[in-house]
Amino acid sequence: MPKLKINNTEIEVPAGTSILQAAELLGYEVPRFCYHDKLSVPANCRMCLVEVKGAPKPVASCAMACGENMEVLTESAMVTKARHGVMEMMLINHPLDCPICDQGGECDLQDQAFGYGFDRSRYTEDKRAKSDPDMGPLIKTVMTRCIQCTRCVRFSEEIAGVSDIGMMNRGEDAEITTFVEKAINSELSGNLVDVCPVGALTNKPYAFTARPWELRKTESIDVHDAVGTNIRIDARGNEVMRVLPRLNEDVNEEWMADKSRYAIDGLKRARLDRPYIRDEASDELREASWDEALSLVAKKLTGVSADRVAAMVGSLCDTESMLALKDLMLSLGVRNIDCRTDGTLFDPTQRCGYVMNTTIAGLEQADAILLVGTNPRWEAPLVNARIRKNWLAKRVKVGLIGEQKDLTYPYTHIGSGPESLASDHSFFEILKSAKNPVIIVGQGTFLRPDGEAIHAALYEFATKMGVVRDDWNGFNVLQTAASRVGALDIGFVPQAHGLNAYGILTASQNDQMDVLYLLGVDEFNVEASLGNKTFVIYQGHHGDQGAVRADVILPGAAYTEKDGLYVNTEGRVQMAKKAVSAPGEAREDWRILRALSEKTGRVLSYDNLHQLRARLVKDYPQFGKIGAVVPANWKSFGVKGDVRKHMFHGAVDNYYMTNAISRLSPTMAKCTQVFVGHDELAEAAE
Amino acid sequence: MLADKDRIFTNIYGWEPFSLDAAKKRGDWDNTKDILAKGRDAIIAEMKASGLRGRGGAGFPTGMKWSFMPKESDGRPHYLVINADESEPGTCKDRDILRHEPHKLLEGALIAGFAMGAHRAYIYMRGEFCNEGSTINRAIREAYDAGLLGKNAAGSGWDFDVVLHRGAGAYICGEETALIESIEGKKGQPRNKPPFPAGAGLYACPTTVNNVETIAVAPSILRRGGAWFAGLGKDEKNTGTKLFCISGHVNNRCNVEEEMGIPLKDLIEKHAGGVRGGWDNLLAIIPGGSSTPLLPKHICDTVTMDFDSLRAVQSGLGTAGVIVMDKSTDIVGAIARLSHFYMHESCGQCTPCREGTGWLYRIMQRMAVGNATLDEIDMLLDLTKEIEGHTICAHGDASAWPIQGLFRHFRPEVEKRIMEYRKEAA
Repeated sequence: MPKLKINNTEIEVPAGTSILQAAELLGYEVPRFCYHDKLSVPANCRMCLVEVKGAPKPVASCAMACGENMEVLTESAMVTKARHGVMEMMLINHPLDCPICDQGGECDLQDQAFGYGFDRSRYTEDKRAKSDPDMGPLIKTVMTRCIQCTRCVRFSEEIAGVSDIGMMNRGEDAEITTFVEKAINSELSGNLVDVCPVGALTNKPYAFTARPWELRKTESIDVHDAVGTNIRIDARGNEVMRVLPRLNEDVNEEWMADKSRYAIDGLKRARLDRPYIRDEASDELREASWDEALSLVAKKLTGVSADRVAAMVGSLCDTESMLALKDLMLSLGVRNIDCRTDGTLFDPTQRCGYVMNTTIAGLEQADAILLVGTNPRWEAPLVNARIRKNWLAKRVKVGLIGEQKDLTYPYTHIGSGPESLASDHSFFEILKSAKNPVIIVGQGTFLRPDGEAIHAALYEFATKMGVVRDDWNGFNVLQTAASRVGALDIGFVPQAHGLNAYGILTASQNDQMDVLYLLGVDEFNVEASLGNKTFVIYQGHHGDQGAVRADVILPGAAYTEKDGLYVNTEGRVQMAKKAVSAPGEAREDWRILRALSEKTGRVLSYDNLHQLRARLVKDYPQFGKIGAVVPANWKSFGVKGDVRKHMFHGAVDNYYMTNAISRLSPTMAKCTQVFVGHDELAEAAE
Repeated sequence: MLADKDRIFTNIYGWEPFSLDAAKKRGDWDNTKDILAKGRDAIIAEMKASGLRGRGGAGFPTGMKWSFMPKESDGRPHYLVINADESEPGTCKDRDILRHEPHKLLEGALIAGFAMGAHRAYIYMRGEFCNEGSTINRAIREAYDAGLLGKNAAGSGWDFDVVLHRGAGAYICGEETALIESIEGKKGQPRNKPPFPAGAGLYACPTTVNNVETIAVAPSILRRGGAWFAGLGKDEKNTGTKLFCISGHVNNRCNVEEEMGIPLKDLIEKHAGGVRGGWDNLLAIIPGGSSTPLLPKHICDTVTMDFDSLRAVQSGLGTAGVIVMDKSTDIVGAIARLSHFYMHESCGQCTPCREGTGWLYRIMQRMAVGNATLDEIDMLLDLTKEIEGHTICAHGDASAWPIQGLFRHFRPEVEKRIMEYRKEAA
């Protein structure tokens, strides 16, 4: 614990703390460009120079560890002169095109030039010109603005695990570029925009659309995967302009996956902005009033036997509206409800059997990780980044059962199907002897008729491997849907003698299901999966799979347009906030259900979101602990049965298109074309 | 003048073959086993007593440098890295050692490696040294065949391997940490210090990087005693002999081994056949390779060639690459050419050097023809101060010093050119 003086204030810091960090602890701001607390330290921008008494030259504070009895000055004449010099050098080849630069207003260089720049340039030579590499559909490059801090290179090599960009050439000609002029093939590439301190790498779809000071900022939660990334939604007027990550060390650190960042242009397309009713005569949807639509829905719901009614919820729903739907259905006597609309089958009764018990941050303590039926890189890029972080720090051993994909870290391939669990592969010895063993089970494991039996087999396997003990639970299920854990937590699963998702669809095909209520269900081809006689009510925000088949459409709100609670794959309850209003006559989903309950004559007991949340917390107390993970008790789960030998298939075929919003996003379509391959897009177009 | 009996590099001109047999006749590999038998501490004490300072340019005491290596290995191997990336303009001493005295280097490598607990030495050789590379390779093979390297090297019980690593011709790879990066297969960019190589160098293991000449003189010192070496030279801080490389406007350009502290004038008159057109035709001398500030004639008249005397006249001994310029020299153009070199060789990782070296060169280019304003001179000097001391390695300093030296002594010349240019333009 060295003790030192910074600007004559004494401070004691843990060994290894850099001067820059120590100065920050005392509240002294040290300007910097290349230093980023999540990346390695190259000390190449030379902006953070400070004076250390006794040292002949100014010292780069980001790379110098605090020493005993050091005396540091961060604002002396020597320091200021050095920083002025560095800033001048930084700006001579910078185009100073701030008025047309998207970084303007939130640019480190701009801010620090304000503090350390001269008011005019002494540089009369020609400025350096650079060509802009094409980094794909997500990142716009203007390399003349680049200050060669190499944050982007370090991010892609260290965090994202791809070596697509680097610094080429030397001296004045040094430039950051893609080695072979290709798009950055990473699901985390959008973070390059965030780490870039200047306007060299900017958000391509957002280019020239807004200035940061015009934007209204709302802190919220992302729903494009089950990680529950903490986000900030920047909106202007009623339009979401961009989404940025917020710091949450337990969940997303300060990163964000590309789909979460870039799929937002899907929010402006194919929106359901008024109720529709299918005209019986023409079989086409016609606009309707709320009153008419709700009356019709109520009539249908109450007019048939409750056994012939079912309800399902999709992957983007907030917990409150799912609870309201469940309450409404139970009040009508409906028992056929299910949230596993992606086709998975597992035992939903034990919480420990469907959440990530280790937590995302807990993965950093793992020393052996077994992946089962999952491609975390596509199912949850930030979980994958954590595994890579662990691998980078201490070379964690990773084994995989399932499809072989490039996960950005090396792994041992054990097998492709569930029978591998019973094999005596040498990796299982590593897992068994590990101090903190971890098993991560993907949704691909349960996407098959014998899912429940595999679930039971996994319980036995986990017990055999000893991954659970009093102070460590290494069993994890990686969910892919933002709503899923919340729905399972509130028991949106078949009630006694009720049908599950498979049963509901089968019943519909056999004309035994009269009314089906879909809350944001777009996970499967609804039209092809249902029988003709079923009356389908679709409540949601996009004209995607569900709305196409609907007989009544009730327009709901997307995640940026409503307050809501979401439970991520760890079981962490997080609160999303409304950033903009839903378009047209669309309403927040719980309100629609509340209004519908009045029409059915079984009025829900809550009149506002407060009362609804109070009702939620009363029955499910974990929802009262916003931001926290309530650990699940370890109990046996699964239904014993025969397990087939078929190989596991990933739950995600195309990372860029997994839900209604991303399927309708033009940017995600471009990404699909560039990163996933032309064939698939051509197929989709046909 | 250095007596022949005190000469270390007796075959520096290649009058005899470099082979092991010939080298043994010259005294190399003579009872190396006995030197190692003295033990690590005794070797380092002897090196300290000799007062040898690093011959790569910075002049850091060699014995002290060796003593920085951990006494006991913590499980990591120790490495000796020999810097044969001699690229400083005006310097060609290591090249002749590699060509004609390779066994001095290899014997020195074994002794130095033993003294720092290293079982392996890397010789990092400049990419352009093509023939020298094959010479060293042959010498290494000879030494292995004779049992002087490899398992139980020279019968000492110490296992020692020498690996030749060829660079690709970047000047910056002569900087010790850039050199280490380059050996590791990365782009040659200097690292931040601390950590110093003795703590975490090559492959994050304790490493010492020494110049070729430093290593090559070590066997002679240990054989003849530190006191002998310390007895040569100017004073206790500038001891021994040194290879001087004399180039430029002299009658007889040469490499010569001389005593440290020889007067510069003597060096040139006695060994290089004098300045072209006589001593009075001298304009300036760059005493220690291109990065050291030049000295005008009136200083050259009296200055002696050693670390401290040259520092006292605001220059440096550097690599002892003496570049002589007579009165026919376009002195501003010459320094502008050096600025171009430093611009071209900047690695580009840190801001002041990457941006500044180009800016300096462009201004110098204009000043060489006078296309500048008088106040730009002060601006230029201010810029050199903005670069100097603010960079990761010394390349920034090296780009600033020649310009500072020029204006320290030849400012009126530049001012004259600017005035003339403006007169013509008007």
